[in-house]
Amino acid sequence: MRVTVTVNGTTETHDVEARMLLVQYLREVRGLTGTNIGCDTTSCGACTVLLDGESVKSCTLLAAQADGEEITTIEGMAAPDGTLHPIQEAFHQHHGLQCGFCTPGMVMAVASLLKEHPDPSEAEVREGLEGNLCRCTGYHNIVQAVLSAAHSGELVP
Amino acid sequence: MSATVLEGHGTAGVVGTRMLRREDPALLSGEARFVHDLVVPGALHMAVVRSPYAHARITSVDVSVALGMPGVVAALTGADLAGEWASPMPCAWPVTADMQSPEHLPVALREACYVGDAVAVVLAGSQAEAQDAAAAVAVDYEELPAAVDLEDAARDGVLAHLDAPSNRAYTWELIPDPEAVRRAFDDAAVTVKERYVQQRLIPAAMEPRGVCVVPQPFGGEYVVYSSTQIPHILRTMLGMTAGVPEERIRVIAPSVGGGFGSKLDVYAEELLCLALARRLRRPVRWSEERSEAAQATIHGRGQVQDIELAADADGRVKAVRVHLLADMGAYLQLVTPGVPILGAFLYHGTYDVPAYSFTCTGVFTNKTPTDAYRGAGRPEATYAIERAMDALARKLGMDPAELRRRNFIGADKFPYSSVAGLVFDSGDYEAALDKALGLVGYEALRQEQAQRRSDGATKLLGVGLSSYVEMCGLAPSRVLASLHYVAGGWETATVRMLPTGKVQVVTGATPHGQGHVTSWSMIVADKLGVPPDDVEVLHSDTGLSPLGLDTYGSRSLSVGGTAIALAADRLVDKARLLAAYRLEAAPEDLELSDGQFAVRGTPSTGIGIGTLAFEAFTAHDLPEGMEPNLEASATYDPTNFTFPFGTHVAVVEVDTETGRVDLVRYVGVDDCGNQINPLIVDGQVHGGIAQGVAQALYEEASYDERGNLLTTTLADYLVPAASDLPSFTLGRTVTPSPSNPLGVKGVGEAGTIASTPAVVNAVVDALSHLGVEDLEMPVTPERVWRSIGAAAPVPGGAR
Amino acid sequence: MIPASFEYRRAGSVEEALGWLSEDPDSTKLLAGGHSLLPLMKLRLATPGVLVDVGRVPGLSYVRDAGDHVAIGALTRHRDLEISEVARASVPLLAHVAGQVGDPQVRHRGTIGGSLAHGDPASDLPAAVLALDATLVADGPRGRREIAADDFFRGFLETALEPDEMLTEIRVRKAPSGWAFQKFNRRAQDWAIVGVAAVLDGDPRVALVNMGSTTLRARGTEEALAAGADPTDAAARAADGLEPSSDLHASAEYRRHLATVLVRRALVEAAATRG
Repeated sequence: MRVTVTVNGTTETHDVEARMLLVQYLREVRGLTGTNIGCDTTSCGACTVLLDGESVKSCTLLAAQADGEEITTIEGMAAPDGTLHPIQEAFHQHHGLQCGFCTPGMVMAVASLLKEHPDPSEAEVREGLEGNLCRCTGYHNIVQAVLSAAHSGELVP
Repeated sequence: MSATVLEGHGTAGVVGTRMLRREDPALLSGEARFVHDLVVPGALHMAVVRSPYAHARITSVDVSVALGMPGVVAALTGADLAGEWASPMPCAWPVTADMQSPEHLPVALREACYVGDAVAVVLAGSQAEAQDAAAAVAVDYEELPAAVDLEDAARDGVLAHLDAPSNRAYTWELIPDPEAVRRAFDDAAVTVKERYVQQRLIPAAMEPRGVCVVPQPFGGEYVVYSSTQIPHILRTMLGMTAGVPEERIRVIAPSVGGGFGSKLDVYAEELLCLALARRLRRPVRWSEERSEAAQATIHGRGQVQDIELAADADGRVKAVRVHLLADMGAYLQLVTPGVPILGAFLYHGTYDVPAYSFTCTGVFTNKTPTDAYRGAGRPEATYAIERAMDALARKLGMDPAELRRRNFIGADKFPYSSVAGLVFDSGDYEAALDKALGLVGYEALRQEQAQRRSDGATKLLGVGLSSYVEMCGLAPSRVLASLHYVAGGWETATVRMLPTGKVQVVTGATPHGQGHVTSWSMIVADKLGVPPDDVEVLHSDTGLSPLGLDTYGSRSLSVGGTAIALAADRLVDKARLLAAYRLEAAPEDLELSDGQFAVRGTPSTGIGIGTLAFEAFTAHDLPEGMEPNLEASATYDPTNFTFPFGTHVAVVEVDTETGRVDLVRYVGVDDCGNQINPLIVDGQVHGGIAQGVAQALYEEASYDERGNLLTTTLADYLVPAASDLPSFTLGRTVTPSPSNPLGVKGVGEAGTIASTPAVVNAVVDALSHLGVEDLEMPVTPERVWRSIGAAAPVPGGAR
Repeated sequence: MIPASFEYRRAGSVEEALGWLSEDPDSTKLLAGGHSLLPLMKLRLATPGVLVDVGRVPGLSYVRDAGDHVAIGALTRHRDLEISEVARASVPLLAHVAGQVGDPQVRHRGTIGGSLAHGDPASDLPAAVLALDATLVADGPRGRREIAADDFFRGFLETALEPDEMLTEIRVRKAPSGWAFQKFNRRAQDWAIVGVAAVLDGDPRVALVNMGSTTLRARGTEEALAAGADPTDAAARAADGLEPSSDLHASAEYRRHLATVLVRRALVEAAATRG
């Protein structure tokens, strides 16, 4: 079937199998491999992207369901000149990543979280990230990064 | 070996700072490439047909339907592939001369020995087509009784392998003086006898494994991309097992999404992709799925531990006696039998114990093979002794902190020759304990605990301690030889300066999240006096770094980092000779500061190391006999393990009505000697704590009585999320290791080693006044609730 | 994992969806948010031949004050329900429970209709609508019918919906106070081991998550409350006559015990919200 999807501001049309998942579409058709696949049960959140500004797990959407939608992936976060998005920068500053596999999904989940909770408490950050698993950091520095990003004043919705 | 990095850091001065990681931008932007991300035109996708039975005779495998399905290129059985293997899959650690090791082939021939054992493979043009066809492979099985429970298996009630004489893989002993142990127990005023179960764990690195083998048609070479911790070891083992000359294999580990030991192995899928690429002369790739990973990637832990302590009336421990049953799973993977042995020397923990007895029996079961998982042997040892020390404290009516204090190896006793035969390098265990107790506010917590108890609160407070010492930096090659490990423990490095003054470091260590690029460039930057950003680190590619022993056992810094420092020193030595020639000075009168060689006291007339690099490159005017270029290599074989230590304190709230345990505070004080980058040290400890807490409270690879794994997904296998953990309070003491020139110790596993017993001790502590003495891991709410009900007649329900 | 192949059709209206559904109801599945169905399809535990995507059918995502009740469109996403001013004011239980489902990403996609129609006894929203004495509106080839929540949840993954029907609206009575929801799980993102939704305004109704093969009411507790029992005594009967399952995460015995504790807590909390 034919789908037209805008990803990081670029609109393309492709023929895909009906059973193709959005995450496969992004990785295999659009060549955006920053979005990772960490599980098959909607548990780990590594595949999190923004669909019309809201975090979703792209392993649990069909590419067909994204037809006509706007998707933002990790590749769409930094400025065109390579300057990291304030959330990415906060992860860097606070050592909020180690192996980096969960990181793209984590960053996208944070983007959505901070849109909904611009001034979160630590508890709200932890609850807001309950859909994203990380095996390296123990979450400590991720939480610090999110709190710092929220309070940096640089996040203009 | 007299120079130390810390002496050098007058130059650039980044060592010891919280320098931000150089790895981050690529990982944060999605630019980093993991194996699954590689675009390889023409690659065939492999799907593996796996046994749904824990133990079965394979009576027939019919691939004919699968072969006719769309996109399918090949479908092969174990028999079809039998000719591909020069030898069975490798186990590199025959811990005893009589160790039994059943033949392990990448695809089983007659007998499937665990759920997930490969029985056939399918290759197709896409992953979806390969999966569709794999589902169409018809396998007839005759289900056999399965050895599932470890203790039953140890009694040989059911044999895990049809042709094996028993389920026993080996029995390994460390009993330096049996008589001393017997006497200590005979004379003891107090003894405790405990039995602990180390549940099986699924490592669950966030990146599942992936392999892609690309044959190079004209050179006869194979490029093997694998999400591995051990490209160097893998290359050698692939060559030996698949019968490919080693030099024709180039292994590249691109970005690797965590390992924790699970990627420290040689896996069937790696061998299969290589053999199939050879057979079909096409690239072959495989991407593991999470539910597949739960069965096809090694598990960790899996032990039953019997530990006894003999103590005098003052609580001084006089002997430790340990017997382990260790679950090997169905086969011996790369270092499976050695994992319990890595803990064998540490069951007396941080305590000065004169008599010691350790025995371990490795047992086969019809379950996924076990192997090294973060800490590998040391978490098990620490758990047993730290839980047993709390049991002893309860029996003596003594505060657990006081009991530990009384038994610590004193700071004045280092280097300390342990009863188990090790020499602990350095330590001050009481200082770490004191710091941890101070950070957590121990006395106030004890008062609050007493208050809640006397108030009859339904949310009780528990405080759990864990003082640990571990051995890492595995290991001196001679020690490894004495343990019958078939490889050495050295690491190698090359440091070279390019004509423009930029630096390349080549290392055999293989990072998968540890931030090696950052740490190595900090060491070299300080040595040479160049900015860290000018240092490029080449790693994880046997084409660039042909020799190495990779990353595991918290060895990378103390062994690999030391090799880099030594190579940098050698490069500086050569540069100094060239500078002396240029400046017409004696080499010993020159000092290197901020990248400039100058005669001591006259820094303005110096010459930059970058200039020297260019002059060494042009080689137009070098001293007599000096070779061109600034490049030096070093291989470092450690003289000893390093012995990090510390004390962790967990504070839990236990809801007596539901059994729910909330970890409300956590303090970790660790001593890993000198720190290259405390930011990275913190991160390693944080992650380690989380993994140890996960063992204590959340995770277990559960099997049913027929050997079916019940926790195949991350919905059932409970890796904790941010909302399940608190922030951690970290502290540090610094006791440099005398056994390497950097004065460093490992820290990658410390958090995991320390945290599990701290948390379980805390839960037991919360409930001890009710008579609760033990809780099996993971400490689930139901187990807590049952323990309260079993310990006291008061029903745990509504009251 | 990748789902087995299927035919995908996107419905532009309820009528179109129902038309396709009626062609082969047994092998056709409706796809709303997909967060119940797609995971099953990825594990190939569900292999529908035709998937009818109703996710974009217009006019089915709303939370409306309908006078004596609140009407919720079946395609209302959990997040939209969670932050709906109407829901927060008139049925705060429902808004709260919508905010407890899964994790944020799941709440951004999952719909109340999809969750209810899936009929999973471990899901939170079915218990909430049962406690709220909801009426579920279904459209089908035989027209529209209203189904009481009490009649809707029939068994494990089984509801009163016929294979050719589509759930289109949920109507719940207003219950601005006197409510509570208790969810007990080991990790926040997981399904409840046991959950309790309690509404004390009007006839007290207490519904349970994961205490049987379907979402059900704690009849023993409700009877005791009606007879004037205090929360502790009423809660002691929470598991009366119930046979929860034993699984990896909890035994039946423990679930029964948890039900008594959580129901008591819910009753106390609900009473407190009444002021």
